[in-house]
Amino acid sequence: MPVLPLVAHGLRKRYGDTLALDEFDLEVLPGSVHALLGPNGAGKSTAVNVFATLTRCDEGEVHVAGHDVRREPAAVRAAVGLVGQHAALDEVLFGGENLVMFGRLYGLSKAAARERADELLRTFGLSDAADRKVSTYSGGMRRRLDIAAGLIRRPALLFLDEPTTGLDPRARNEVWQAVRRIVDAGTTVLLTTQYLDEADQLADRITVMDAGRVVAEGTAQELKRRVGGDRVLVTAPAHADLDRLAAVLGGVGDPELRQVTVEAGPGGGASALTAAVRALDAAGVEAEDILLRRPTLDEVFLHLTAAHPAPVSSRPEGAHR
Amino acid sequence: MNAVATTLRQSWVITLRDLKHWQREPWTPIFGIAFSVMLVLMFGFLMGGAIGLPGGGDYLPYLLPGIFALSMMFGIEATMSAVANDSKKGVTDRFRSLPISSAAVPLGRAGADLMNSAAELAVLMVGGFLIGWRATGSLGATVLAVVLLLWLRFAMLVLGVFLGLAFRGEGGVTAVQVLVWPVGFLSNVLVAPESMPAWLGAVAQWNPISATAAACRELFGNPTGITGGVLADHALLLAVLWPAALVLVFVPLTAHAYRRLSR
Repeated sequence: MPVLPLVAHGLRKRYGDTLALDEFDLEVLPGSVHALLGPNGAGKSTAVNVFATLTRCDEGEVHVAGHDVRREPAAVRAAVGLVGQHAALDEVLFGGENLVMFGRLYGLSKAAARERADELLRTFGLSDAADRKVSTYSGGMRRRLDIAAGLIRRPALLFLDEPTTGLDPRARNEVWQAVRRIVDAGTTVLLTTQYLDEADQLADRITVMDAGRVVAEGTAQELKRRVGGDRVLVTAPAHADLDRLAAVLGGVGDPELRQVTVEAGPGGGASALTAAVRALDAAGVEAEDILLRRPTLDEVFLHLTAAHPAPVSSRPEGAHR
Repeated sequence: MNAVATTLRQSWVITLRDLKHWQREPWTPIFGIAFSVMLVLMFGFLMGGAIGLPGGGDYLPYLLPGIFALSMMFGIEATMSAVANDSKKGVTDRFRSLPISSAAVPLGRAGADLMNSAAELAVLMVGGFLIGWRATGSLGATVLAVVLLLWLRFAMLVLGVFLGLAFRGEGGVTAVQVLVWPVGFLSNVLVAPESMPAWLGAVAQWNPISATAAACRELFGNPTGITGGVLADHALLLAVLWPAALVLVFVPLTAHAYRRLSR
């Protein structure tokens, strides 16, 4: 059996009165992007810090690339790259100098560190900014440089802790592209995020966590399916008879939106859509618009975390850093 | 042996990084030196005329070694704020996530700060020479005095790294910036403890920085302002032991704080 990049079992971590991690389990598959999704204070950063050997958990076991984080922290550090929540860069040094410095700390020779730095700067579109102080970088550039720094040693597993928090949409897209490039190159990524669309866009598997516990796990599709089925939405043309349309489709009409909603049966969204089109056709009724709507991850998220309200006293994420 | 060499190599990378900061933003070290020069001018010329020394001697040659020691002590601020800044920005966490020796980062910091302080000391000594201060002891004694000053700086450095890791909020740095004044002045660096009320003088002569200043005055052949008390006989020994005690206490505490950083 191949060694999994990360296996965590029964993690527990307490900060004062708050359980940051509570019976937390996680498995990350090789070559995948795994998202830890949860609201602020859910314990995402604590989990990543435990995995990256920065924090010790009170109970439980973690193996990263086959190494026990408690007994072989050095081997774990050699196998992972960590990109923390705040761009951990030297603001006074140039972008290129940052990468060379981290490369030298990883044990690369001066020439090898420079070569690797140039390569990463090119990959992340930062070559032109290589000889500028990081303090002059935009938020997106900093993040990309930060991620590049985590990739110097071609880690088996890269941790990205809230890579796009605080970025504007354009910078966020730049970072997403960067993450996709990393994954295409074969690196396994564990990312934390509080943005559902980010998990939806990037992740193969999603673990939803809240108050230190795993609330749900699966692919985005599987999670969406858990909150209920797909729906077919049919919009009636102006002056059309909405009640007749609803009767034909077997759905519920909304006069305000001039829309009929049909809940998909066990056959799923596609067959419900086909059935709706056939019914319209058979009855000779026109529709202005017809679309299939799957539940969004936002709905999934609210549905899943509503069952586990976060304790009022919970520490804000990042307060433990 | 190999592990030691690797640690030193990693420390050197950190030292170069810290030195580059001063190269890029030279105002921090320049102001540090200008500040010490200002103290020499203020106390040497503005107030010095009114300050007498027990046991006789001119005030200026008494003052200079005191300022040397004081500037070594004030170096704690630079160390602490650099360390606190790194931990706040997450740079320290990134260092900690790398497969490098946990001693490399503080050692690298130490290397850079010692170089900075050595340069500061050189500027102060040359400046002192220009206004009439002389080291009249042997070359060996003069070198020993410089070593003792840097030894004090090293102890302050260890303390500064610890404080920077343990109290990295804004308040911590500010508190230290305020506290160095009473702690630094409650010593023999500016005035002789024998001129103070007896109880205060007793406290002042047991200040670690007093031992270094007194030892340097002896070694440089400058007036010591001492006619009796513990520093009359044991200044040199205390100038070695005081920093050693600080290092022994705070190196383990620093290592502990570094490991527990993200608790």
